[in-house]
Amino acid sequence: MLKRLKETVKNPSVKISEAKFPAPFVSGLEYGAPARGTWNIVHVGMLIPQAHQIFVCAQGCLRGVVLTAAEMGASDRFSTIAVRENNVLDGDMEELILDGISDILKRLPKQPPAVLLYTSCIHHFMGSDLNYVYQVLREKYPQIQFTDCYMNPIMRKSGMTPDQTMRRQLYSLLKQKENKEKKVHLAGCDFRLDVNSELYQYLIQNDYEVCEIASCKTYEEYEQLAKAGWCITTFPAAKAAGEYLEKEYGQQHLYLPASFEYETIDKNLQFLQEKLELNIELDDLNVKKAACEEVLKKTKEFIGSTEITIDFTAFPFVLSLAKLLLSHGFCVTKLYVDSFLGEEREIFDWLKEHAPNLEIYPTVHASMRVISRSSDQKILAIGQKAAYFSGTDYFVNIVEGGGFWGYESIIHLANLMCDAYTYPKDRKSLIQIKGMGCGNCV
Amino acid sequence: MKQTATIISTYAADISGICSAMYELGGMTVMHDASGCNSTYNTHDEPRWYDMDSLVFLSGLTETEAILGDDDKLIRDTIEAARELKPRFITLGGTPIPMMTGTDFRAVALQIERETGIPTFGLNTDGMHSYISGASKAFAVLAERICKDRIPKTKELSVNILGATPLDFSINGTIQAMEKALNSHNIQVHAIWAMGTGPDETADNLFYKIATSSAAHVNLVISSCGLKAAKILQQKFQIPYVIGTPCGSKFTEKIAESIKDAAVTGKNKNVCESFPKANTVIIGESVTALSFANALYTETGNGAKVLCAVDSEEELLSEGCLEACDEAELIPHLNGAKIIIADPMYRPICPKTAHFIELPHEAFSGRIYRNQIPRLMEDFETYIEKGGLNV
Repeated sequence: MLKRLKETVKNPSVKISEAKFPAPFVSGLEYGAPARGTWNIVHVGMLIPQAHQIFVCAQGCLRGVVLTAAEMGASDRFSTIAVRENNVLDGDMEELILDGISDILKRLPKQPPAVLLYTSCIHHFMGSDLNYVYQVLREKYPQIQFTDCYMNPIMRKSGMTPDQTMRRQLYSLLKQKENKEKKVHLAGCDFRLDVNSELYQYLIQNDYEVCEIASCKTYEEYEQLAKAGWCITTFPAAKAAGEYLEKEYGQQHLYLPASFEYETIDKNLQFLQEKLELNIELDDLNVKKAACEEVLKKTKEFIGSTEITIDFTAFPFVLSLAKLLLSHGFCVTKLYVDSFLGEEREIFDWLKEHAPNLEIYPTVHASMRVISRSSDQKILAIGQKAAYFSGTDYFVNIVEGGGFWGYESIIHLANLMCDAYTYPKDRKSLIQIKGMGCGNCV
Repeated sequence: MKQTATIISTYAADISGICSAMYELGGMTVMHDASGCNSTYNTHDEPRWYDMDSLVFLSGLTETEAILGDDDKLIRDTIEAARELKPRFITLGGTPIPMMTGTDFRAVALQIERETGIPTFGLNTDGMHSYISGASKAFAVLAERICKDRIPKTKELSVNILGATPLDFSINGTIQAMEKALNSHNIQVHAIWAMGTGPDETADNLFYKIATSSAAHVNLVISSCGLKAAKILQQKFQIPYVIGTPCGSKFTEKIAESIKDAAVTGKNKNVCESFPKANTVIIGESVTALSFANALYTETGNGAKVLCAVDSEEELLSEGCLEACDEAELIPHLNGAKIIIADPMYRPICPKTAHFIELPHEAFSGRIYRNQIPRLMEDFETYIEKGGLNV
């Protein structure tokens, strides 16, 4: 057995009262915890029905994505072109891609309506002429739509992250539709929006059609997304997609963040009402708020002073969630988050003042590999990383907000917390499944 | 070559091979990469990740660092982590971008070693070769740098097992079964390069045994990952090596005899014959696949042709063990086969006329079929019977 170093290693956490915003930790060597439920660029790309993905990269980069596709049972929609040393030295990257794609398309049993071509860091550094590549491909295969996607993690700290870019590129295959309809496009989210959410309900009650990529089953359905007159995004990684849809397809973009702050939810709904001229009884929101208060009270009575830990992969607006729970008497002790969202600055300041001892833990810091991952006390975790680092089987198994929004998300989360508090889960198996909700054959 | 795969998987890369080889030895391994290689490794290539802590990290290379050729952050971060975590040694490995920017891993390693006093190895991987290449380099550097002294030989006949990683042997007890089988032929196992720590074997102990490998009489190379190290140990300590993976009782007996011969003669021996005319095809790593073919021949009188889909030393290749890496190279050889033994992820490119027998390989399909990986040392006879190969 390897020797545990936990006794000698310095705890990398920092109290929120002493934490810097937005980056509380200095970057160093990075550790990857075995909590794998968040989606990667393969999972997101597969949201375009019937499209075929082709990755062009080195073997080491291909391995992770090819097995992502295999684990989600989508190997038949996934192909690869391996970049080798001779391609880098010979500078024949364009030829490699063109020959490779021709070979793959020739051997596929059926031509796909679209190809997502993923190039990598190598192409970026080599200055490969990708415009030429796409031009040739579009001329040679007019019946297939090609779009540029990127697996270039080297850019994750330079401008848009690969995740943001991927969510934007999801819509690059749409074609301009002139006749905008009374239709709202919920964009950039991996999950379907909760149909019980106020956002969804108010839209359909006002005769708006709601469409989203996660519910498209065919390529034709996907193409109809372009018809929407409005698009709504609900979390930061999707914002670029919304801005793109507005610029390219004239869909008016509204950013309505999936915060847990009552004020923000109200503000979002009022904004929606104003922009889309919805008939919303704002008094109804007070009823919703009262329902949230009631369920939070009951949940608090049920869970009591049990320690709660939360990680950023469960909900993007992790600080607003911590504030909601702390202000309702819950014992939130630890947040696992490597950096904070800029738009949560005010909440960060509130937590500094009202919960100064709240501990902030990194998830990728090298010491996190060896610090203790167990507790004598029962811990309720929200999120897979929180469950892993807290060593608890009592956890809410959710990633990226799970499609929940608004007051309903509070009610839903409270119910999930009670359930998680009551029934332990198979942590080791569940958190290691890649791309939660994408299908899994492991 | 088109270098394409319409549907099949790809093998674990060299950088994963390094991490896998060094995993249980108490060192720290740093992948110099932006991101991706670490999650690929710890999700698909490393079955020990959840239950066994090991110091394997990512440098988090950024675009700016790559453009400016800034190695300082890598050096500084590695030193800082090493001071905190106190590894026994440090290994650095590269990925595509460091290869393009020409990172001098040896120089970086030297600087880290000077500043920390911790032995540091810089290995030139680039993510464009298979795990065999990376693991070979890792084992080779252990042989060069860790096995320093000539130790008196053990009283009883002993071997080091070279080339053991979960990428080829998973964590299903196969390595322990090999040790047991060799013991039954009065051959003791001195060091296993490099896995098998558990309740009875600490990382300290495993590392110590590897460092004192010169005490063994013979090295047994059970995968091509171990061949480079075997050659270095022969040069340094005149230890002969035998190539072959214990697999089934009869073939293991043959290996045991070869070990005994090598101990007396001091000559190397490759126990594996090749069967170029066989109409059964095995796809996989050269030594394990050839050993399977030989074990099959020993049991049934029918051998198998090997298609080696990963890097291999020239000396292991022959007319019966052909290098074939991508779909375009593999398919012509598969078309004439009557029986194909391979990882299930090869099935879509195999002709329907061939009888396909699944032999999951962690280095190819990762964790997908992990629970179905057979323990070929002990269960070979059952496996061939179940697959109808003993007819």
